[in-house]
Amino acid sequence: MSQTITIDPVTRLEGHGKITIQLNGQGEVEDAHFHVTQVRGFEKFSEGRPFYEMPSLMARICGICPVSHLIASAKACEAIMSVRIPHTAAQLRRMMNLAQMVQSHALSLFYLSAPDLLLGMESDPKMRNVFGVVAAKPELGLAGVGLRRFGQHIIELLGNKRIHPGWVVPGGVTEPLAAAKRDEILGMLPEAYANIALALKWYKQVAASFKPEIEVFANFPSLYMGLVNEDESIEFTDAALRLIDAKGAIVEDGITASRFTEVIGEAVENYSYTKFAYYKPLGYPEGSYRVGPLARLNIVKSMGTPRANQELAEFKQLANGPVESAFYYHHARLIEVLYGIEKIEEILTDPLILDKQVRATAGVNRLEGAGQAEAPRGTLNHHYKVDEDGKITWANLVIATGQNNNAMNKGVLQAAKHYVKDGKFTEGILNRVEAVVRAFDPCLSCSTHAFGQMPLALTLLSADGEVVDQVIR
Amino acid sequence: MSKLKLATVWLDGCSGCHMSFLDMDERLIQLAELVDVVYSPIVDAKEFPDQVDIALVEGAVASVDDEKKIKKIRAHSKLLVAMGDCAVAGNVPSMRNPIGPEAILDRAYIENASAQQQIPCVVVPKLLRVVRPIHEFVKVDVFLPGCPPSADTFHTALTALVTGEPLDIPALTRFGA
Repeated sequence: MSQTITIDPVTRLEGHGKITIQLNGQGEVEDAHFHVTQVRGFEKFSEGRPFYEMPSLMARICGICPVSHLIASAKACEAIMSVRIPHTAAQLRRMMNLAQMVQSHALSLFYLSAPDLLLGMESDPKMRNVFGVVAAKPELGLAGVGLRRFGQHIIELLGNKRIHPGWVVPGGVTEPLAAAKRDEILGMLPEAYANIALALKWYKQVAASFKPEIEVFANFPSLYMGLVNEDESIEFTDAALRLIDAKGAIVEDGITASRFTEVIGEAVENYSYTKFAYYKPLGYPEGSYRVGPLARLNIVKSMGTPRANQELAEFKQLANGPVESAFYYHHARLIEVLYGIEKIEEILTDPLILDKQVRATAGVNRLEGAGQAEAPRGTLNHHYKVDEDGKITWANLVIATGQNNNAMNKGVLQAAKHYVKDGKFTEGILNRVEAVVRAFDPCLSCSTHAFGQMPLALTLLSADGEVVDQVIR
Repeated sequence: MSKLKLATVWLDGCSGCHMSFLDMDERLIQLAELVDVVYSPIVDAKEFPDQVDIALVEGAVASVDDEKKIKKIRAHSKLLVAMGDCAVAGNVPSMRNPIGPEAILDRAYIENASAQQQIPCVVVPKLLRVVRPIHEFVKVDVFLPGCPPSADTFHTALTALVTGEPLDIPALTRFGA
């Protein structure tokens, strides 16, 4: 008799998802899937809208990483307008994207995953949340709240709103930076540096006690993709993508937004509203790859800032070649937070940062355009076609979670095979399976642009569909 | 006095309202001294509790799952708050209404796919033909508009709901804010 375990919803996740684990007659895990259960249809209902409305509309794909959608969308529009935006606008956008990186990584680590890391995978589910973290280790919990506030407040200072700011527009931004706001951000830096130092120190201590999890949390070779500067340093907002293989060798370089669809395809599986991206020359699923903090740190040779560079050198010691376990997404995330703070400080010293020239204007000069940026959880590509009046006729979006989809599914299977034995499982075991997905920090809002909801519940079903056992938290 | 039980639920939306709820920052931690967050994407409860005092619901009703959930939430909540413009009025998710779900699914999974083109149908819930705000399914006690409502709005509104003081929503927020 075969059985299925269902985790519904997956909790402490940015969206709606389920996990199902299929057991054979001997109670061994045969297969496992991660299902995204929401789809909204931005690629279709944006048809007929004026292109200059797209950034504001597309931001509503995701309340966690709206800035990445704003930027990728604005860039696609600028390709249609055929304009280059002013230097200061590019720098201000870069700063907003970094601020978002800091806040989103803080959310992922402190609000969603720290409960597992600090309190334990088997700890009381009632306490396993951010309030439990603050109660158990106030300085750590409040450092996380502080880092998230740091990023969100910079977004608010720049764009007048923390979520869905209307400030990023095709051609640049609507408003330059005022000196008083620059000074306020500079004043926030010491606290942010103190908070990330505390977090990194804590993470390195605690990671040592998760060796068994590190072994089985999506720990396998894969391809990796992310933006990289020409000097091989990390980049979130401009430059082009690089794809590397499991040994770290370059497979494809200089993937600009407009070349993206030549190189990357999307497959559909019948069990998820989120698609599965793959590198076209290798086909699906062989061409599956990973994106996000782990991928980016595996690709780059330098962070380009002094403190983050030291951390990167230490990170690179974890493996001879690319770091493979998804558990290390947490580590990579913290290094990117440190980089984000340093880079924001650097941008604020740009002599042109208060310049008033922050927007270029133009009409429709091309009927097709694409834009890309790094979202906190990985690469994001927006691709639009318009008619001569600038009305959208077609849109396609490839989001980070789709690019990690194959690895998340394989990772869930790897962990389930390791932990579920003889058909037996506990709440703590299922929490570990969920924690694999959490490590990737998938954004199910994003994946449900065409995707959906992703909560986790676990039901054990017999082959004829009868409920044998159920775990509910 | 025992703490009030608070639930937060995410239906068809972008999570921006939940992020704005978290944007209360340290004030959220203080608020947790007055209320227990018993069900939410940020805590580990898998099943909606028997009885909650305040349920904040983000998002519109777009799938058969959403419809089941909102009915269950209503049955087990004393006070139901429509949180944000999608829950209040349908907003962006309802932009698909004139087009219909088939065209949405075709664009995403047939036209904009390059391998294994098919419409997902296993485990994932069926889409409703029309996306609608939650008050078209159940009685809503408080409407809190905004895209999203600001953290200050959440703090003022929740404090008033917890202490029973009067709440002047139009003074705090509006549709599209």
